[in-house]
Amino acid sequence: MNATRRQDIRRNIDWVTIGLYAVLVLVGWTAIYSANYDPAQSEIFKFNADHGRQIIWIGVCAFIALILLNTEGEFFIRFSVISYALVLILLVLVLLIGKKVGGARSWFGVGSFGIQPSEFAKTTATLMLAWYVAQAGSRFKALKTRLTAALIIAFPAGLILLQPDAGTVLVFAGLVFALYREGLSGNILLFGFGAIILAVVAILTGASTLDYPLLGEQSGIFALLLGLILLGGLLIFGVRGFTLPRYRPKNYRFVLAVLIASLGFSYAVNYGVESVLKPHQRERIYVLFGMNQNPDADYNIRHAKAAIGSGGWTGKGYLNGPMTRYDFVPEQHTDFIFCTIGEEWGFFGSFFVVALFVVLILRIIALAERQRSQFSRVYGYGVASILFMHLLINVGMVLGIAPVIGIPLPFFSYGGSSLMGFTILIMIMLRLDAERFSVFR
Amino acid sequence: MNLANRRYIISGIIVFFGIIFTVRLFSLQVSSDHWKAKAAELTEERVLIYPSRGLIYDREGELLVANRAIYDLMAVPRKVQPFDTVAFSQLLKMDIHDLEDALNKAKKYSRYKASVIRKQIDPEDFARIAEQLHKYPGFYGQARTVRSYRRGVGAHVLGDYAEAGPSDIQKYPYYQSGDYIGKGGVERTYEEDLRGRKGMRYVLVDVRNNVQESLSEGRFDTSAVQGADLTLTLDADLQAYAEKLMQNKLGSVVAIEPATGEILSLVSSPTFDPNLLVGGKRGTNYKALQQDSLKPLYNRAIQGQYRPGSIFKMVQSLIALQSEAISPATRIPCNRGIIGCHGSHSYDDLKGAIIHSCNPYFHQVMKRMVEPGKNSSRFEDAHAGLDNWNQRIRRFGFGTNLNTDIPNVKTGNVPDAAYYDAIYGEKRWAYSTIYSLSIGEGELLINPLQMANLAAIIANRGWYMPPHVIQSIGTDGKPLAFRQPQFTGVDPEHFEVVVNAMQKVVEQTGGTARRARIEGVEVCGKTGTVQNDPLPDHSVFIAFAPKDDPKIAVSVYVEYSGYGGTWAAPIASLLIEKYLNDSIADPSKEQRILEAEFRGI
Ligand SMILES: [Zn+2]
Repeated sequence: MNATRRQDIRRNIDWVTIGLYAVLVLVGWTAIYSANYDPAQSEIFKFNADHGRQIIWIGVCAFIALILLNTEGEFFIRFSVISYALVLILLVLVLLIGKKVGGARSWFGVGSFGIQPSEFAKTTATLMLAWYVAQAGSRFKALKTRLTAALIIAFPAGLILLQPDAGTVLVFAGLVFALYREGLSGNILLFGFGAIILAVVAILTGASTLDYPLLGEQSGIFALLLGLILLGGLLIFGVRGFTLPRYRPKNYRFVLAVLIASLGFSYAVNYGVESVLKPHQRERIYVLFGMNQNPDADYNIRHAKAAIGSGGWTGKGYLNGPMTRYDFVPEQHTDFIFCTIGEEWGFFGSFFVVALFVVLILRIIALAERQRSQFSRVYGYGVASILFMHLLINVGMVLGIAPVIGIPLPFFSYGGSSLMGFTILIMIMLRLDAERFSVFR
Repeated sequence: MNLANRRYIISGIIVFFGIIFTVRLFSLQVSSDHWKAKAAELTEERVLIYPSRGLIYDREGELLVANRAIYDLMAVPRKVQPFDTVAFSQLLKMDIHDLEDALNKAKKYSRYKASVIRKQIDPEDFARIAEQLHKYPGFYGQARTVRSYRRGVGAHVLGDYAEAGPSDIQKYPYYQSGDYIGKGGVERTYEEDLRGRKGMRYVLVDVRNNVQESLSEGRFDTSAVQGADLTLTLDADLQAYAEKLMQNKLGSVVAIEPATGEILSLVSSPTFDPNLLVGGKRGTNYKALQQDSLKPLYNRAIQGQYRPGSIFKMVQSLIALQSEAISPATRIPCNRGIIGCHGSHSYDDLKGAIIHSCNPYFHQVMKRMVEPGKNSSRFEDAHAGLDNWNQRIRRFGFGTNLNTDIPNVKTGNVPDAAYYDAIYGEKRWAYSTIYSLSIGEGELLINPLQMANLAAIIANRGWYMPPHVIQSIGTDGKPLAFRQPQFTGVDPEHFEVVVNAMQKVVEQTGGTARRARIEGVEVCGKTGTVQNDPLPDHSVFIAFAPKDDPKIAVSVYVEYSGYGGTWAAPIASLLIEKYLNDSIADPSKEQRILEAEFRGI
């Protein structure tokens, strides 16, 4: 590699993203420091405390970032398949010999540090997906290719589901955005949203009991099913009234298909929640919809909301949040780290952090869009999707608008694997982006 | 559709959720204070600093009421782990269901804040429990202060110090659930002095309810102010002696220092040991006292309202002299046609009439005041006359609470014209309807404190200090209200004849109160016997001594004991002798009283 080329690379690295990354990591560290703050032992470089260990991880990540930024982009492309396979093996191994932490078998214990292969699976699956879509090129329109792409996502996701780690599986589902950008039908997204809304209504109605004229006391789900049938009937009349006769059969079929699918889906969701889920899982969902009477079940989320909600406009000041400092918030330095921001920095601080994430994700989409290579673009969208899903699930959870699903907030949550995973994810993108002028694929 | 445009759809979705989060943050953090309050409720705790309650001393500086520790067993539900409820209930000597109920109630109140599981465990019991308490995490004992009565006397004067009820808490914001409050007697009247002021520390606690730091560097903290000690005018020895004399009798004894209005002793019998109402046995004991048919909780000395009988004749004499209805020389025939009399006399002057307690004499005296014939209608004459009479009587403190510092005084009844108008109708009554008032009977009601105060008024020849039990509050001395003499409007010279008559009542051979004589002390007294058909009469006696430099004024009321001179007079006499001479010359006199027993029905 000659000197001018290296200079080109350095000039072409997107310093905006590096800056956003650095700010997020630093703010994240201050939040961890605050969550563990003990006035009696306030040294920063206290390596037997979480905030001290996180400094080591940040150092390690800086080193990894340097290496990745100085690695040829070509390497990542070549490495895609191998790394994907390697991580799949690790995911199988972790199920067999992993350490069980908090009910999930997701860790390899290495001394006092642990490694979570699922954090790296996100990167390798994205690389693999990018590689596959790029080499498929125009064949991506074929159903078989699309199914293969779906399988690339489903394999690691399935293994992770066995751990079980539902949050990470949802993150994998986010890779649909990358496929959508490459030409997957938009209906997938629409159906996705429709399904979410239907599921919410099914859960809400299913949990209540109504008195029906003929059936007597029954689950509220029947009201939903009846409502759907009624709506379907109205639509069919609508079709008869407002469309030309020759389009009618097609529209009838469509309405009927959607109706049957909706009925089946609603009933399945209801059955799944009421009969398949274990009581504690059902409780989590009920808590989300404010339907739970058990004070223990929504304890975590109530305390999280109290921590954030008590922040006001400007917060209580750094290191001054009693809710987060005095252990009212569960897992306050990992999954619930956002509470520290909410309590100590208030609305302004919370908005700032959410905005930083949104800007970072939009920036990465912008980077993806300026790529000449499809590999880089798919990868870029994958990175954006993964960050977005983490933000959506984690912040949604602490704000009480998504169910309690354990998933880290990128750069903020304490933990080496998570920070390393996101660092690798982003730094590979930056290196690919830096080479965007010199690579034609 | 150009696939590159999908960038905007994806970006739009991301921005959309960013906005949702922002709106949600706004609604949680800014638009309502709900979560702020919730967080404060969880993290902030007010730690009350209870000042120690003021002690109470008698007039000689003897400690009457001290403080002692007692324990409440508390539980923090979150810290409570499954335990052997049977063993624990046995350790606490508490019914297992009560224990479970208390725990459930505690859980309902708060999972992380302490609730009381069992109140008022005596130190001996708590020591036994404390040894085992480590086996029951989440439970701990909290020391509280309760009262300890060193002499066990004066229960009715001292009052009660107990947990504030819901009505107290509602009325006085100072108190909160679990706080103690003075509930009667001195404890109630001087509650604000005795309690001092609670201090408050605002602290932040962690999720385990351990105090972590002061809130805002203690900016809102207030320090506790110690309660003031009280010195009472009671003489503990005299009080104990009076209670002893009244044992096995129903009634009251009140002794006042005439010059100062200081109450030396105030007994309502039967009485009880105030220590009964402290600690773990309070509930049972209180119930037993409440159900006792002799009503030991009832303070007869201030709440008992009796017809005064013959002692009222002296009041009639005094206001009649002052209003010039009679003079000391006025003689009136003992005309037993209208009203009965006893003894051999027929045409007494005032002094004789007092000594003989001549009923017709006083019937006539009151008639001269109430129905003087100023108006041709005897109804209108009596109407105006009674109100005039009422005004003069009230100046003796009858019908009032005397502005004393013992709470819950029943003021008695001094009828006025409106009172009889309500009963008989306007112009439907005249003196002939109400003449029983003239001899202290009829609708007239007076409490024993007012009777003792009457003795003090006569001792002072015309005035009194509001009778009181407070000598000094902390270092502040006596409140001004108790240092301001109240004048009856009767001039001192009018008292001579009454005082001389009272002396004769005690000392003259054949006087009704011969049993009140004390060797070497000039005692002035007056007996009364209040008819109580068909039950035995109530016996009344008021007295003061020495005649020329009175040191003590007494009223004694013994229910159902019959003739006033037989029982009430010797009790008063023993009390006076004890107070003035510090010893009893004739032990048989004392013995006779101690052995007497009157229980009414
Ligand atoms: Zn007579």
